[in-house]
Amino acid sequence: MTIKLGVPSKGRLMDKTFDWFRARGVSLARTGSDREYAGAVEGVDGVELVLLSAGEIPRELATGRIHLGVTGTDLVREKLARWEQQVEEVALLGFGQADLILAVPNCWVDVDTLDDLDAASAAFRARHGFRLRIATKYHRLVREYLQDNGVADYQLVDSQGATEGVVKNETAEAIADITSTGETLRANHLKIMSDGPILKSQATLWRSRVATYSDADRLVLSKLLDTLR
Amino acid sequence: MPKKAKIRARAAALKTMFEDAGANPVETSLLQPAEVLLDLYGEDIRARAYVTSDALRGEQMLRPDFTVPVVQMHMDHGAEPARYTYAGEVFRRQEDDPSKPNEYAQVGYEVFDRENPAAADAEVFALIRKGLGDLDLRAATGDIGILMAAVSGLNTTQRRKDALLRHIWRPRRFRALLDRFSGRTPAPQARMAMLAKPDPMTHDFPRIGLRSDAEVAARIEALKEDAEAAPITANEVALIEALLGVREKLPYALEHLRDIAVDMPAITEAVYCLKDRMDALQAQGIDVDALEFEASYGRTSMEYYDGFVFGFYAEGRPDLPPVATGGRYDALTRVLGQGREIPAVGGVIRPGLLLELEGAL
Repeated sequence: MTIKLGVPSKGRLMDKTFDWFRARGVSLARTGSDREYAGAVEGVDGVELVLLSAGEIPRELATGRIHLGVTGTDLVREKLARWEQQVEEVALLGFGQADLILAVPNCWVDVDTLDDLDAASAAFRARHGFRLRIATKYHRLVREYLQDNGVADYQLVDSQGATEGVVKNETAEAIADITSTGETLRANHLKIMSDGPILKSQATLWRSRVATYSDADRLVLSKLLDTLR
Repeated sequence: MPKKAKIRARAAALKTMFEDAGANPVETSLLQPAEVLLDLYGEDIRARAYVTSDALRGEQMLRPDFTVPVVQMHMDHGAEPARYTYAGEVFRRQEDDPSKPNEYAQVGYEVFDRENPAAADAEVFALIRKGLGDLDLRAATGDIGILMAAVSGLNTTQRRKDALLRHIWRPRRFRALLDRFSGRTPAPQARMAMLAKPDPMTHDFPRIGLRSDAEVAARIEALKEDAEAAPITANEVALIEALLGVREKLPYALEHLRDIAVDMPAITEAVYCLKDRMDALQAQGIDVDALEFEASYGRTSMEYYDGFVFGFYAEGRPDLPPVATGGRYDALTRVLGQGREIPAVGGVIRPGLLLELEGAL
């Protein structure tokens, strides 16, 4: 009988989310010890705060275990098939901006566009006997993007962190990752492909289209959304 | 009878029909080593097949089709010529459309025969048609070999031809490459700027990664060659476009292609093959005057068909996938045969769809 609101459980994303709600008269706070993922909501009745890892929020929305959730566009698009049918975008929160990009070593002076990457991949496979490796954690988004653009002879290798380092370590030849300023990329001697980002992402408040809403829930939800607008 | 049992019974009946036509029944494992499929299809297969793994054998895929394991089986220890049949479930990941099944039955017939490719093509087509019974189906046919011959015969550099051939099955990239090579779209500015440098390889960037300086330099050489090569002429592009646009009843398509071959002699041999196939189809009792031919048919399927391609579609049901599909895949036997190859053609029927269309499910 409450509206469940999922919010990232730590870090800047949590702090900024709390700020965003506070600026609109809704106070969110972690309760109990620092290690306990419980929260409190003040300023609106009937809303329960659920602290979750940002990566789990898309799935929780899609199963309807939470009614509202804050997470990045990138994670929703990566994790949910037919995302439009499962969640609705309520508000762009104006922070957490990041682009999902493809990057290759600076020393590849011959590679600037997907056309180049495709040709380089063909030659790489012929020379090395395996497909050019692109390290990423965004498998679906990257695969769909490369398939749509007719790039062949690559393979995706999983990288859940420190992705910028894989080229130097020779566990991949290129990367697809989220970046906001590009600084880490530059520090690791990588350049962004000029075709533009695969996706532009930012922190977003989503509503689950799958969750069940009682009449009381609907009332609480519309009141909350009014307060936030 | 439950749905699955009905489908299984029909699958068994179709398999018996193929056995009566001379095919040996074969079985393949449900779990296929992922490596072979990944090497063949690349990442695209991951969007299509279910991948699982264990610590001992590594990545495995739930069989997305029978063709690859059957070809492997034949290349490893098959006698020639050979005809095979099989029936069983295949598994396809569905990311976008919940109405499409992720598990369904296929019954197939595959012919490995060096003697007479046109006759083998016709044999497979006619037998699959027979298996589909009296249903009102539209047959679509095509021939990837004609487009491949046209590209191979272009008056341009081998590198350009190789690039186009590599993307025969990705029509969008093929189009973009053709536009680039014919000068319709200019080379990107960054590339022109890089090539204009006296020595593009002189730079302060640290050398990182497996792709070596020699490989980068080789590609720059290739780009230079390409920048200096004359564009593919508008006339040749128009011929490729005319070829891709051929879509009519088979005898007219053949006439049309013969006309194109006058200006594009490289496809002459492939057009003769089409004529041979038409005659062979007629000999099998197929009404070729009513058979549709579409030169670009089969280009968006998974890339192993390289000659005759066909599919049977339910009239008035564009929502349904084809009830049966097939084609020639000589190149696949070359890739899987490790140096050996054999002309091969085959087709599969989906008994579940067949029963659905008959109203029997």
